[in-house]
Amino acid sequence: MSRHGFQWGKWLTGGFTVLVLMFLHLPVMIAIVFSFSDATIITFPIEHWTTRAYHNVLFEPSGQRLRESLGNSLMVASAATLVACVIGTLTAFAVQRYRFFGRSFYRVAIAIPLLLPGVVTGIAMLVYFTMIGIRTGLVAVLLGHITFCIPVVFSTVASRVARLPRSMEEAAADLGANLPQRLVRVVLPSIFTAMLSGALLAFTLSLDEIVVTYFLSSGTTTLPVAIYTGMRLGFKPDNLAIISMIIGVSGLLIALSQWLVRERR
Amino acid sequence: METPAVTVDHCTRAYGDFVAVNDVSLEIRQGEFFTLLGSSGSGKTTTLRMIAGFERPDAGRILIGGHDVTWQPAHRRNVHTVFQDYALFPHMTVFNNVAFSLRVKRHSRDDLRKSVMEAIEMVQLAGFEKRKPTQLSGGQQQRVALARALVDHPSVLLLDEPLSALDAKIRGEVREELKTLQRNTGITFIYVTHDQEEALTLSDRMAIMRHGKVLQVGPPLQVYEQPADLFVAEFIGKANFVPGVLKSVEGKKAIVQANGSTVGASVLSPIEIGSNVVVMIRPENMRITAAESAAGTIKQSSYLGHGTEYLIDHGSDVFRALQLRRRGEVPLPEGAKVECHWNWEEAIVFRK
Repeated sequence: MSRHGFQWGKWLTGGFTVLVLMFLHLPVMIAIVFSFSDATIITFPIEHWTTRAYHNVLFEPSGQRLRESLGNSLMVASAATLVACVIGTLTAFAVQRYRFFGRSFYRVAIAIPLLLPGVVTGIAMLVYFTMIGIRTGLVAVLLGHITFCIPVVFSTVASRVARLPRSMEEAAADLGANLPQRLVRVVLPSIFTAMLSGALLAFTLSLDEIVVTYFLSSGTTTLPVAIYTGMRLGFKPDNLAIISMIIGVSGLLIALSQWLVRERR
Repeated sequence: METPAVTVDHCTRAYGDFVAVNDVSLEIRQGEFFTLLGSSGSGKTTTLRMIAGFERPDAGRILIGGHDVTWQPAHRRNVHTVFQDYALFPHMTVFNNVAFSLRVKRHSRDDLRKSVMEAIEMVQLAGFEKRKPTQLSGGQQQRVALARALVDHPSVLLLDEPLSALDAKIRGEVREELKTLQRNTGITFIYVTHDQEEALTLSDRMAIMRHGKVLQVGPPLQVYEQPADLFVAEFIGKANFVPGVLKSVEGKKAIVQANGSTVGASVLSPIEIGSNVVVMIRPENMRITAAESAAGTIKQSSYLGHGTEYLIDHGSDVFRALQLRRRGEVPLPEGAKVECHWNWEEAIVFRK
């Protein structure tokens, strides 16, 4: 609290903040830096700076596997999110708005896939799918992802539905709106942001899921699994290049969303 | 005879073991300001919700304009509700809130804009149509709810404790506006409240409810001056109650033995001689005269401006007397000895 001279408090908090940020983000920075390296082992300082890895990932046949797996990842994540949005939202309404036998059990049961370790879900599904004749592959992966995306959407939407006053829907009915009109004009706009944030979370979870995917995929797989298996065969800057690009695109999207929010106010 | 605006025909509604509305029958006339008055749990809100179509009676029928609507869902009924929490749509502007009922009925554009602006002007909110509900005060939100419910001229407007969320100062203003609005539109209002003052000042007729039953229906004056039973007498307005035993009845006049003396009161419904009874006297009908040797002592004297209210210790009783101010009259001081008496016509005897 010295009014003159060195301001300890300010420097301490400032320094601490920098340390925390470094702890969180330095590995990511380093990954980006090494994506411009030429070497097949991680050495520092980098001798030859190059964008060859980016070129490989984007255009060369050697990048084909990564490109395909990225496509698979986006496809699986989108589909899983879409299905989870529909089922999760409907479930949220069922659990919040209706009384039925086993309601509180159901509320807990639907969250279990989130709590179970991926290994358990993965093995269980593999055994079950084999039993009922679903082959390992993208469809199995999609089904696996849907199981943990549903509780994510469910929990965000359910808490919004709980705070949605019943009188709002009654008011809409009272003013002459039939059920579809009530849903489209009143209910959906009221829960839209909750659905959106649930969807974003589900999408992100699906995009970087490894364990369940590993069990359920064969041959064609998703990006995280492709990178993981690729890294076990030896360090390749290509892997770093593709995640650097993902980081770049995510950064742009975040900046865009912030800008959009600011414009609104 | 003219068709009633709303008929509640022997309606019963129970939730598990709790009977919220128990065989209630009401007839609400066209263009009437009708109030359902009762404390919480009396069944007044459930009755309103059955008329709106949010609840279905277990037994009985609801008729609107002579048509049986018991099995019609809320969105098919030509009645609108002003909710206790207003239930405005938070994602819509004031204009879109008010336009809601017209939009779902697919009105033409020009028509819609004109009707909505008329409704907004009617509740004096012109200039606010682009605001969101959260940018309005409680009183303004209330007006939006009113405009939204009146924009397509429903046959009946239901109001569920619409003033309870407002602070005391605005409540009085809005109350007067509500009455004006009802007179100007000519729409039948059915108003639910637990506030007896609101009920007395607003209603053409009112129904007093308790434990799911209707105790009395009538104009405020009748309910206040001729309560159907002791509960209504206690519930509406202030009153003094003197317990005793009914000695005799002659025509309308009853003689009651109370605290070793006899007092007079009028009889509204037949009571057997010898029953335990209670005599009710309104404070404004309690006369007091100062006398040195009187049995009563003024315990508290409250100057009200238009009059003075006295609390009088009278043996085992405490009486409340209200004297309107007359020119040149000085309020009696606390501690003064007074005699309390009343005209028998202005007191009522009830079965205990």
